[in-house]
Amino acid sequence: MKVSKEVVEQVAELSQLNIPENEINDVIESLNQVLALVEEMQSVDTTDVPVMANPLDATQTLRADKVTEPDQRGRFQEIAPDARDGLYVVPRVVE
Amino acid sequence: MTEQAESGWETVIGLEIHVQLNTRSKIFSGASTQFGAEPNSQACAIDLGMPGVLPVVNAAVFPKAVAFGLGVGAEIGMTSVFDRKNYFYPDLPKGYQITQMDYPIVRGGKVDVLLPSGITKTVRLTRAHLEEDAGKSLHEEFQGATGIDLNRAGTPLLEIVSEPEMSSAVEAVAYARTIHQLVTYLDVSDGDMSQGSFRCDANVSVRRIGTPDLGTRTETKNVNSFRFLERAIDFEVARQIQILEGGGRIIQETRLYDPDKDETRPMRSKETATDYRYFPEPDLLPVVINEKFVADVRATMPELPAARRQRFESQFKLSNDDATFLSSSLPLAKYFEQAGQTAEDFRLAANWVRVELLGMLNKQGLDIGESLISATQLGELLRRIKDGTISGKIGKSIFDALWAGDATSVDEYIESHGLRQVSDSDTLTPIIEKIINDNTQQAEQYRSGKTKLLGFFVGQVMKETGGKANPQQVNDLVKTALDQAPP
Amino acid sequence: MHKLSIAEQRQCLQRGDFSALELTQHYLARLETGGALNAFITTTPELAISQAKRVDAARINPGRAPDTTPLGGIPIAHKDIFCTEGIRTSAGSRMLDNFIAPYNATVVDKLNDAGAITLGKTNMDEFAMGSSNENSYYGAVKNPWDPARVPGGSSGGSAAAVAARLCAASTGTDTGGSIRQPAAFCGITGIKPTYGRVSRWGMIAYASSLDQGGPLARSAEDAALMLSVMAGYDPRDSTSIDTAVPDYRGALNNSIKGLKIGLCSQYMENIDIATERSLFEAVKVFESLGAIISDVELSNTRHAIPAYYVIAPAECSANLSRYDGVRFGYRCEAPADLKDLYKRSRTEAFGKEVKQRILVGSFALSAGYYDAYYRKAQQVRRLIKQGFIAAFQQVDVLLTPTTPGPAFKLGEKTNDPIAMYLQDVYTIASNLAGIPALSFPSNPHGGLPTGLQLMGNYLDEATLLNVAHQFQQQTSWHKLSPAWEAP
Repeated sequence: MKVSKEVVEQVAELSQLNIPENEINDVIESLNQVLALVEEMQSVDTTDVPVMANPLDATQTLRADKVTEPDQRGRFQEIAPDARDGLYVVPRVVE
Repeated sequence: MTEQAESGWETVIGLEIHVQLNTRSKIFSGASTQFGAEPNSQACAIDLGMPGVLPVVNAAVFPKAVAFGLGVGAEIGMTSVFDRKNYFYPDLPKGYQITQMDYPIVRGGKVDVLLPSGITKTVRLTRAHLEEDAGKSLHEEFQGATGIDLNRAGTPLLEIVSEPEMSSAVEAVAYARTIHQLVTYLDVSDGDMSQGSFRCDANVSVRRIGTPDLGTRTETKNVNSFRFLERAIDFEVARQIQILEGGGRIIQETRLYDPDKDETRPMRSKETATDYRYFPEPDLLPVVINEKFVADVRATMPELPAARRQRFESQFKLSNDDATFLSSSLPLAKYFEQAGQTAEDFRLAANWVRVELLGMLNKQGLDIGESLISATQLGELLRRIKDGTISGKIGKSIFDALWAGDATSVDEYIESHGLRQVSDSDTLTPIIEKIINDNTQQAEQYRSGKTKLLGFFVGQVMKETGGKANPQQVNDLVKTALDQAPP
Repeated sequence: MHKLSIAEQRQCLQRGDFSALELTQHYLARLETGGALNAFITTTPELAISQAKRVDAARINPGRAPDTTPLGGIPIAHKDIFCTEGIRTSAGSRMLDNFIAPYNATVVDKLNDAGAITLGKTNMDEFAMGSSNENSYYGAVKNPWDPARVPGGSSGGSAAAVAARLCAASTGTDTGGSIRQPAAFCGITGIKPTYGRVSRWGMIAYASSLDQGGPLARSAEDAALMLSVMAGYDPRDSTSIDTAVPDYRGALNNSIKGLKIGLCSQYMENIDIATERSLFEAVKVFESLGAIISDVELSNTRHAIPAYYVIAPAECSANLSRYDGVRFGYRCEAPADLKDLYKRSRTEAFGKEVKQRILVGSFALSAGYYDAYYRKAQQVRRLIKQGFIAAFQQVDVLLTPTTPGPAFKLGEKTNDPIAMYLQDVYTIASNLAGIPALSFPSNPHGGLPTGLQLMGNYLDEATLLNVAHQFQQQTSWHKLSPAWEAP
């Protein structure tokens, strides 16, 4: 299958990436190359094959309900692009 | 309903309720879930979605989710799988929410909802699944900017999804109250709506009566009181009908309820329909529970509100109203049962708990858990009223003394204050005779048919005995004395 | 000193031939002269010296227990994908150029506890996406065997550093061949353990269900020493395997007489003549050691690349959503609004290949394409796993080339992503299945190293290391050092 410009733009929006107008054709082209590469697997008969989301056919171990994490706000916010009064700051969000 | 029937429209409502589970730590990290901490002081590296961190599931969420599932008669997902739900929002640190999509922990189920009309309506559930809560955006803190507090990020949620089976705001609220009662009963959640522990999203659509297909729905998000839920739905129903009657179309969208203006409005930030691109969370493995786990949860579950209400009616002969009220919360139900058992009279206990105890609690703004009189103390007091040791009136004074801390043991207090009820006729007869002799005129009137005056004589005797006389016995003795006395 | 193996360096340190500080300073001096290879993003001389002093103090101080740490005083380097507390951890990306990790990866903690000295953080393809190390924000790494050629990727800096003897060993990660392919290109030994054998905590995620950390070292013996420390259960990684770590070094000298080695025709398509020759030379060596060679079919192998280039981008598209310019990492200048902040930060700070994979992944997960791409790939993945399980019922290990050919020239494939992807044609299947795989140097050709791959059953790293070590006892390819080394 080949992707259209519309699909690529929609996927870029979902991914929160800008694609400059002068690059869009290259992006479409290389996405189509990748899709052509992966197309091969469509020939595989996977009827009744269960998906394999993880190599381990194992099950989740659970953590005891204990508070183990101390307050490290100072350390974490030291590396934040913009933190004020203990809050992470972003341009105004209108709900 | 009638109003709608007249207008030719019917309403279809489904609710998604987000219940915060009352665990100590978060669902995927060891950070505290305590409410009200300094912003971001309870957001650890995992909650912040820092590079290289990994989630590990909190064991405490499963017994709670399973208890809820059993409470609504649902199928329990013996294998449940966490998925990623992808979207960008500042209060969602990882850019995805870990939730359960295809294999939730609770599948199906139903609840019987007692409507204000007295009719019971069964509402089916679609599912209930575990997920993590998001943080909070604070818009008022900075000029032109939004502050993000991620303390709430990662708090465990059980999202309870109903089928679209409610047909009015009143029904939706009754359903939400039933779910609220259940999750607090089961100790799944503290249910504190003011702290956001119980939040409702209402999916509302309307259609012409007789139309087979559902109308386009809107989703009104994050309504955190029952009153607002009712108003938000009523507003939304009216708005939709007005649009449709005006020839317009409903846009499928997410809306917010504004309690100040009492209206819903579209959420701008979620305008574009998002493709969430769910897929299995590769950092977590499927969670498998076994029959024993489910049986253990079942064994520790308390009797549920509906069953308890029925038992209160059949076993204790309570009125429907008393049974409903006293089973409404687990602590109240437990208090009542303990008091009734000690008193050996449940109807008496029901009356005292509702009138005296709750009156006092309400007056002082206290919870049943904060009562200054224990259920056993109240039961002992009621037992002494029931067996005639004291009168009800004296009982109330002892109740006050217990509340004030002036008394601890009911029996000791009765003895030390000489409050034992006077019920031997040897003591009472001379008093009665004296009062009849002192009030010959009234005695005459009584005998000539004005039998209402019996109360006057009884009252005089009670006054004379300082309230300690057994009123029923006084009644009998006075009546006999008046009837027997020679003209 | 840098010509010695880890075991030899340990002996010298214990004998007192030189101190940990001397050894560390020797390597730090080499780092200076090795700068032209661009193998390091960050060097940490101060940390290294303080760690070395601590090791020496423990060794020399009378009364203190002798240094029994397995790697006490051995200077190593970490791929810049492992979080190192207080040290920049960039993942080769502009996005994390300013990211000072507030915690250590479990692998880093374990190596620190084992007494290893951290010389610095090695260069890599951005977020481990690449097979040539040309996708690094910090520039390409040069192959020490020929500076006009690539070292392979994504752990290119780690491989080049070990090959050029800038460190005794290094850590790497392998999602589709990122340890083995650079090990082959640089003439060293690298092992990708069983998925879950080495903790992923603090290891910046590319594709969570495929990523696995492992060592790059000069020999199988050195790799065994490193892996013994790196492996083990970690409660902070839900996908970590809770099985005791065997004595890898102890198993090195086991006889491989009677061991069944499988060759697979599907792994010999499109290989160059030199690689093919080195493979059959190795077969002769193994036969001389008593191993039994047989042919094995792995018919689903050719589907590995398609499945991988759906699954890995899908997982990466979600894993990289956390880089949004809000809590850490790069933020664009003067964002106009929230969308602008997200889009410009991500667009400016991610490289081309990373963006491409995010787009592919978002596409493969989006509504309408999920079943045909993501779901299909996960089904194909199970078939690949089943193929390996069947193969390991016939043989103990599989022997294949690591790459179709030797290191290619810088810039040769940068404009042909598909040709670059095909670099991983022999390495990817083991990531999809989660089985362990090791690359070891074979007969070089034209002055360039070649590598052979051993794949084994789940948790059978010991056998892979054993087989490679036995080969290295008979050959000296692993002892060759690049021309760059010549004084």
